[in-house]
Amino acid sequence: MQTAIAVPIEHVLVLAAALFLIGFTGVLVRRNVIFLLMSLEIMMNACGLAFVVAGARWIEPDGQIMYMFILSLAAAEVAVGLGLVLQLERRHRHLDIDAASELEG
Amino acid sequence: MEVVLFYIAASIALITSILVITRTTASHALIYLIVSLLAIAVIFYLLGAPFAAALEVVIYAGAIMVLFLFVVMMLNLGPSQVAQERRWLEPRMWVGPSILTLILFFEMVYILAGTPALTSGVAVSAKEVGERLFTTYLLGVELAGFLLLAALVGSYHLGRRYMRARREEIG
Repeated sequence: MQTAIAVPIEHVLVLAAALFLIGFTGVLVRRNVIFLLMSLEIMMNACGLAFVVAGARWIEPDGQIMYMFILSLAAAEVAVGLGLVLQLERRHRHLDIDAASELEG
Repeated sequence: MEVVLFYIAASIALITSILVITRTTASHALIYLIVSLLAIAVIFYLLGAPFAAALEVVIYAGAIMVLFLFVVMMLNLGPSQVAQERRWLEPRMWVGPSILTLILFFEMVYILAGTPALTSGVAVSAKEVGERLFTTYLLGVELAGFLLLAALVGSYHLGRRYMRARREEIG
């Protein structure tokens, strides 16, 4: 059986939390929709990292399976989000998320 | 010793993530985001999840980031394109990401050189993941398929209106 390193799980969880916080800061600070989507990607990746490290801790494949579900969720989110980015650019000629603060038909 | 590799990759992931949210140009941020994803892929491999590492590189850094890049390039169409191409070739554009990627590459070479693992960590192979995925989590796989289908239909609907308007603009 293939072996792997045994890092203290707390360190990896701290890394996941730090990545999540960086992504969260990006969502709060940036106003460009493209950067918002990238920050969301960072946050989802941090969640996936937490799942994978839990799976590695208890030597169960469930962590990687949850990671795959997160991956498909991220793919779906990016596809729809980038479609919305194109629509926003067509209507407002810029990518400021505040331009979309009012929902119109 | 291998534990150090984890901390190097973790620092790269943190640094590049911070760089992603502080860039002003979308293409710069995308390149740093790709490096960050590669660093996390290295961490997955070190933690004993080789299948997740492969998926991270192929789907995240490959497919999803290329989608981002397509949209960024579509939005940049116009006379500014030439100036942007020139900016892409400046050293400050690619030196930072290249150095960080090189560090990751040397880590990978070091891992693949076959040094024995120090600790008792055990990897979860792709076979186990696949067996569990298609037995216990079969319903989840079907739901993920539904989700992707909905995303496909939704993004087609949004993008079709964009492309029609774009064609009318061009003439």
